[in-house]
Amino acid sequence: MNPQDLQYSKEHEWLRVAGDIGTVGITDHAQSELGDVIFVEFPQVGAKVEAGKTLGSIESVKAVSEIFSPISGEVLEVNKDLLNTPEAVNADPYGKGWLVRIRIEKPPAGLMTADQYA
Amino acid sequence: MPVEYSGIAKEHTAIRTAAGLFDVSHMGEFEVTGPEALHLIQYVTSNDASHLTDGQAQYSALTTPEGTAVDDLLVYRHSQDRFMLVVNAANIESDLEWIQTHNTVGARIEDISQKTGLLALQGPRAAEILQPLTELTLSRLPSYHFASGEVLGIDALVSRTGYTGEDGFELYFPASESERLWTGLLKAGEPHGLLPAGLGARNTLRLEAKLLLYGNDLDRTTTLLEAGLGWIVKLDKGDFIGRESLAGQKAEGVKRKLSGLVMLGRDIARDHYPVYVKGAEVSHVTSGSPSITLKQNIGLTYLPVEHTAPGTKLEVSVRGRACEAEVVRTPFYKRKDS
Repeated sequence: MNPQDLQYSKEHEWLRVAGDIGTVGITDHAQSELGDVIFVEFPQVGAKVEAGKTLGSIESVKAVSEIFSPISGEVLEVNKDLLNTPEAVNADPYGKGWLVRIRIEKPPAGLMTADQYA
Repeated sequence: MPVEYSGIAKEHTAIRTAAGLFDVSHMGEFEVTGPEALHLIQYVTSNDASHLTDGQAQYSALTTPEGTAVDDLLVYRHSQDRFMLVVNAANIESDLEWIQTHNTVGARIEDISQKTGLLALQGPRAAEILQPLTELTLSRLPSYHFASGEVLGIDALVSRTGYTGEDGFELYFPASESERLWTGLLKAGEPHGLLPAGLGARNTLRLEAKLLLYGNDLDRTTTLLEAGLGWIVKLDKGDFIGRESLAGQKAEGVKRKLSGLVMLGRDIARDHYPVYVKGAEVSHVTSGSPSITLKQNIGLTYLPVEHTAPGTKLEVSVRGRACEAEVVRTPFYKRKDS
């Protein structure tokens, strides 16, 4: 089940908003399509990212997939734990498998609710 | 055949440590029969099938006059006038046409792909799983040998071959029995850790063992000698298609060779990524993947011979970034008892 409190992009990323901080990850559907995740390529902390543009990439055994930012802003933090435990993206995509925290500069647009995404 | 059942890494590891089952019924099978069967096979393939005994199989290739590969295949000898060729699924039609075109000796060729099922039971525990289900004595079946007998009451040809770098069996049987055999084997193997396995694990396993994939590592633009398949080129067996070209290339030496590479960082080389030596593009990755067993990122590429020494530094362009890699000896993985 996709959590109700998140917003979803059509490229299968999720966004959790708390104040002006947005946390980004990939959805359960996305991790399931990718299969075993083994490496996440992050943006630089401090980099400006734009909604709809590449934020990094996720490598699974079978393929590489780009991560598109669901929001515009500045990268505050990346989930460094994933460098040692990339499988958390598969096991816990909405929790320990989070990817990036962004300081939101523009309100999100064009995202879906859990019901719309499902 | 799906890409994965329970996950590529899990299936891969099961086959390296216990066992896995692939449904590879999509592969093609031809029966070549008649007094001239061997004659035809000797002419269209590069290896020497005249040394085969009844119940023995051999890896070989269909060659063009240029010594490149129409396909790679297995040749099974049932008897002196009855053989089976097992070919890649994507090449069934073109192989059949190729063989028929060169069948000037009047051998009979029948495409039995549709009516033949094929399951591959692979892994160190494969024999242990299969033995109680068959009347055949598997300990008397060496590598690259086969025998006919019942498996779970189904008439099968049991062949000690595979595409994973592990011990294992390939079972050929009437396609109508596919589901019964698949279900029965999985059930019998479950206590031994047997898992159903998909195309993803099949690729990572075969790449670690440097078993070539036709269409990626081998095709009509690559000669068998460039591909490192000199061991299946028997120039002294008599005339065969491509013999002259291969003899010439052997005498002169090949200009490029299929080589193994390991990425030095965490980036993953994928199929088709460009390969550079000292900033100059020299090749591309023919097969690239994470190695589940070695926990390294590995690949194959055709390199100019002067750059093939183990330790030679390469760069692989990973989505525009030059990432360091190094030439290594192959196979990447070899099982301990082989």
